Parts: sequence; structure tokens; C-alpha cells
Amino acid sequence: MSTLMSGARMLLECLAREGVDCIFGYPGGVTLPFYDVLYDHHIRHVLVRHEENAAFAAQGYARVTGKVGVCCATSGPGATNLTTGLVDALLDSIPIVAITGQVPTKLIGSDAFQEADTFGITRSCTKHNFLVKRLEDLGAAVHEAFYIAASGRPGPVLVDITKDVLQGQGHYQPVTSIHLPGYKVFTEGHTGQIRRAAQLIQESERPLVYSGGGIIAAGASAELREFVERNDLPTVNTLMGLGGLPSEHPNFISMPGMHGSYAANMAFSNCDLIVALGVRFDDRVTGRLAAFAPHAKVIHVDIDPAEIGKIRNPDVPIVGDVKRVLAKLNKLTSEEKPAPNEKLTAARRAWWHQIRQWKLEHPLQVSTSDTEIKPQHLMSEIDRLSGGRAIVTSDVGQHQMWAAQLIRFGEPRLWVNSGGLGSMGFGLPAAIGAQFARPDKLVFSLVGDGGFQMSIPELGTVASNGLPIKIIIMNNGYLGMVRQWQTLFYNNRLSAVELDNFPDAEKLAAAYGFKGKTIDKPWELASALEEAVREPGPYLLNVKVTPFENVYPMVPAGGAINEMVLGPPQPAAVPAK
Amino acid sequence: MLQIISLLLENKPGALMRVTGLLTQRGYNIESLTVARTLDPELSRMTIVVDVDASQRQQVIKQANKLINVLQATDLTETPAVVRELVLVRIKMPQETRTTVLKEAEIFGGRVVDSSTEGFAIEVTGDPEKLDEFVDVMRSYGEIDVTRSGALAIALDSKKLRLQPPVLTSAGQASRPVPSETA
Repeated sequence: MSTLMSGARMLLECLAREGVDCIFGYPGGVTLPFYDVLYDHHIRHVLVRHEENAAFAAQGYARVTGKVGVCCATSGPGATNLTTGLVDALLDSIPIVAITGQVPTKLIGSDAFQEADTFGITRSCTKHNFLVKRLEDLGAAVHEAFYIAASGRPGPVLVDITKDVLQGQGHYQPVTSIHLPGYKVFTEGHTGQIRRAAQLIQESERPLVYSGGGIIAAGASAELREFVERNDLPTVNTLMGLGGLPSEHPNFISMPGMHGSYAANMAFSNCDLIVALGVRFDDRVTGRLAAFAPHAKVIHVDIDPAEIGKIRNPDVPIVGDVKRVLAKLNKLTSEEKPAPNEKLTAARRAWWHQIRQWKLEHPLQVSTSDTEIKPQHLMSEIDRLSGGRAIVTSDVGQHQMWAAQLIRFGEPRLWVNSGGLGSMGFGLPAAIGAQFARPDKLVFSLVGDGGFQMSIPELGTVASNGLPIKIIIMNNGYLGMVRQWQTLFYNNRLSAVELDNFPDAEKLAAAYGFKGKTIDKPWELASALEEAVREPGPYLLNVKVTPFENVYPMVPAGGAINEMVLGPPQPAAVPAK
Repeated sequence: MLQIISLLLENKPGALMRVTGLLTQRGYNIESLTVARTLDPELSRMTIVVDVDASQRQQVIKQANKLINVLQATDLTETPAVVRELVLVRIKMPQETRTTVLKEAEIFGGRVVDSSTEGFAIEVTGDPEKLDEFVDVMRSYGEIDVTRSGALAIALDSKKLRLQPPVLTSAGQASRPVPSETA
């Protein structure tokens, strides 16, 4: 059955069939036909204040639900403003679909008003993109976009649609099959390799599970939990994988990497087997590659074949959906119990003992002060209020690292941050998307004073929609992470990092019609945070913290992962690595 | 080193851009690129010669295979393959060397495709190194203009092409494998 309708209506029909309930967008000239049909449709449109934030909000939505987030922008500047959010989604493998308008087909290439080569510009920003110039191609393009975004290794897909397509009239045929002959999705994992992996795990004396964002994307945390419990494996979750195994789980060590814990990094350096699950051996995790896990064999499970061997050649490569691969591994290890081996049991016990020892020697410190609010103190208070259950979106920088170190996450899809691209200005719009997707959840938008000032316009979106987001600014008056590097590696020559003239948070929030407050005394912290959480609406809490705190441990760029700087130079020695 | 990549891809707008973008975004210089449709008009066959660090060759193939429009990417650098290129040379030379030039061209299997009082246009096919020699020889006889096609390659062993079957959707709705896990 087919019905005559406009291209814009057809687009909306496709979105509805994909289960879209919320679009983050910003209208413009060529998307007018779409906004006209949206006017009386049940799909909710959230008007953000800048297109970049539409892409970030769509990501926030996608990151907390696992569903495809949708954003929309007009041609030219609207589309170019989306690009940061698209690349961000690409690097973190987040499924979003971006709809952009394009100038009428006849005007393409004529330098028309608000014309940009969106298709060309976003080629490298997306997993795939489409330029729709014929109405009959529209339905397939939109459905293929959703399929590509969500399947395999998820990612952003953009559909650029000319105005004449949106305005044209045509018959809509529901798309019943998607044919992408060159789109290979490997899900099952090679049985022989899985068997080899199981054997290596059983033989290993010092195994370590290195679990990442792929566990979250695959919805594999139950399988992961069974896997690490069944084999009693020590586990690290990467920045993107936090919550994959609950922070409170006895097998969880902590986050590894540049600002990872001593125990996690030492475990890498001393293990004899890495079970890498949905990770990509990012440079922020491995440090100097030649010195990374020198004694370890590697089992690498990833759905993207190009990740296997990209950075480190594995001994056992497994291309597949980590959820299914872990399920098979669990089945194998439950069926085939190895013969008791006293030597191995003793080695494993010693390994666990060593890891606990490292944890005790250099735990992640929550330092507090009687006079100033320490950033770590702020994180531990947020952690106390969250109890591992709240959604925390973060921006990028020092606060992000302290949050990752110190806030616990009891389940996946609670920790939302820009991991790969490190886009400042991500935290607040991501919280907007997250709160729309999960109105039932307490959402903390944890931002620095730098990133926050990139997203101040979105306070309007928060206010217009009455979103009860708790915006917590960790305000140290500096671009803290850049300042930290200048302090440690550039002789403390603080160049262009001081952020003075921060606005009065109470007045700023009041200007948007909600409550805000600034605090700078440690004894005010707990009650101020509680007040923010109690407030039924949005709350802007500006927490002035001690300005010159550095994030530790730290692996200096290019350093080996076990050569951590564990605390402030004593007295003035700067690591030479 | 130079890598020869053979690609089978969908004959769609933008497909070429995705492939070249993949290489240029990594800073690789494309030495030559040829593309034309196959027996199936919906598909194109592309041969690329590109300067890639040996350690990255496999990664390039994997990344190319990841492109939605690419059905198959194969590295022909070290596998049995025939590589051919076409060159067209226009040469202007004095009357007295015409016969010599013709004989030289014959040695390279060249064919005269145009002849005038001023000189010849000659086409030669062969492996790229042989064409280099031909061009050098012609240059010694007169003033030349050269156009080369870039390398074309075909593998001598056929590699199984696995195409993905269509994915059924109930009018779009089931096309979205949503992870089951939401808290």
C-alpha cells in the first residue's frame, strides 16, 4: 500500500517507524518543510541553542539508552556546526543519525545561500553518509542510516536531503528490506579462536581483563560479569567502559591509563595475559606502546576487524559481537572444567594478592582540606549522593579524570563523557539528551568552568524544558588540564589558561529562571549538593575549588604505563620522561 | 612502498571520495587510480597504487573493507597478479628519424594511432616499468607529450566474494538491533 505524501512527511514517517520519539535540532531555511510537518506530529522536537549541541544531546540520548539518537540541522552553517558532535560520536562509537537540509538540487554547486558541501565535509566525520537528491531514494536512505548507525560497530550517520526532495510529492512504500551488499557485520566470532581463548585463560597465571566501551555498546555487562566471576579475573574498565563491570564488584580494579590507578597500570605491566574486550588500545591507555604489557599474550575481541592488530598484534584475534563471544566463552568454561592444578591456583592467588597490595600501596586519594574545597572532595560527595545509580555526564579535562577515578557506577550507561575526541562543551548538552531519554533518573552534569562557558547557551534549553539537571561546575578558574601540563612540562609558564570573570552563578541561573549558588567552603559542599538534588527543577551549583590541584597518578605523554607520577613533585622535581 | 589495491565497489556517487578520503586523511599519496564499471553496471572496479608504509598495508585494506560501498578490497602487492598500464605518447621528430622511431615503438609492442608530417601518436601497454623505458627512449628522439592511464591490475587467483544478503525489516521497524540492556 502506498500513500501520496510530501518528502518531509515521508521523512517523518520513516523516523516514526524507526521508533524515534525525540529529535534535537535547530531549524533553518531548507528544513522548513520538515518543521512544518513536525508541527503537529507526536515526535518531540527539542530546540537546542546551537547545532553542535544538538549532536551532543543526541549522543547523550543514545549513550544512556543504547537507542539511536537523532539530531537535525539546516544546510550550510547548520550542518557544519554539527561536525564536532559527529566526529565525537565516531570516535566513541555512538549511534546517532543526523538529518540535514541541503539547498535545492538545481542550486547545488552554485554557491547558493547557506550552501555547504555537507556530503563531502562529513565523509570523514561519519560511519557513512547519504545525499538524497531524488524523492524515491529517501525512504531507503533513512532506514539504511538507522541500520548502519546501530549495527556492527555503532557510529554516526548523516542524511543530507535537498529542499526539493522535502517539498516533492511521492508515494511512500514502506521499506521492508535493507540491501547493503558491502556492509559486513561480523557477530559470531570464530569458534576455534574462542576455544583457544578459553584455553589461554585457563592456563594464565596472571590474567587481566581489559574491558571497554564495546561492552557497553553490545549490552554485554551481564556476560562480562559472569565471565570474570567464573574465571575470577581481575578487571579494568576503560574511561569508555566504566560501569561495564560495577565499580563495587570485587573483581574490579579501576580505570587504567594516563590517569588510571597505580594498581590498574601495574597490573597491565605485570600480567601474562590480556583479555581485551571491546577496546582499541588507545594511546591514553597504553602509554608508550613498546613498554605496554611486555609479558602479556593478548586475546582481542572486537566487532570491528580493523581494530584487531591496529595497535597491538593479538595472539588470539576474535572478530565478533563481544556479547555473543562472551556467552560462548562462558558456555565453554562451564562445560569444560580444567583439571585441578595446584601450581596454577597458587600463582593466581599470588597474582590477586599482588594486585590488592598495589591497591593498598597507592589507592586513589580523596584529599580534603579544612579551608578549601578539593576537587576530589567534590567528586566523592557526588559519588555519595549518586550511590552508583545517577547518570553523570562530564565535560573534558581534570574534572573528567577525577570523576572517572572517584565516582562509582553500578551499571552501564550511567557515565557519559567524550572519551575519544575530548570535546569541551559536551557535558551540558549531553545531560540534556540523557535527561530527555531518562526522565526518571537523577542527572548530574559535571562540568569545568571552561567547558561550561562553551555551553552556557544551553541553559536556555534546560530552562525551557524544565529539565531537573544538576549542573555542577568544578570551578578552578583555569583550563585546569592544560594548566597542569604547563605546570609540569612547560616550566609553569601559564599561557592563556586563566579564566577570570566567571559569571555569578546565582544571577546566571536566575536570569534563566532557576536556582543557582556559588560555594567555596568545604563545610558547605555536602549541604549545597543535597540542596541541588532536592530541588525539583534545574540547579546550577558553582563549586570553587582549589585552583592548582593536579590529577594524579599521571603517566606523562610518551611515558611507559608503569612509570607513573604518583603525586606532586617533591619538592620541585619534574619528571623527565 | 607502493601498494597495489584492487577494490570492488558500488557504482554510486561518493564511493570514490570515500576511498580516496581514507587514503588522503592518513597522508598517503595516491600514485595512480583507475576506475570503471564492471560487467555488472552497478559495480565498479578500482585499482589504486598508493605509497603506504609497509606496516600499515593491512590496516589500509581493513579500513577499505569497512567502507559501506566497498564489496571487496584486496592487496595485490605481493599476490600473483597481472599489472598493466596504457601510455599515449605524442612525439615530434625530424623526418629522418621516423623509421627509427617506428622500429623502437615496435620493440615495445607500440601501435601508431596517429601519424602526421610532424610526428606520431603511439600507444603502448605493458607493465609500468616497461612504459618508463619506452618513454625514455621516445624522449631521446624528439619532443614528446605523455599521458598514462595508471595501473590496472587483476589477481590471478580468484578470491571468493562474500556479499551480505538483504536484511529484512518489518517496514523499517526491526532494522534496529537495540541492545537489550537498559537499566
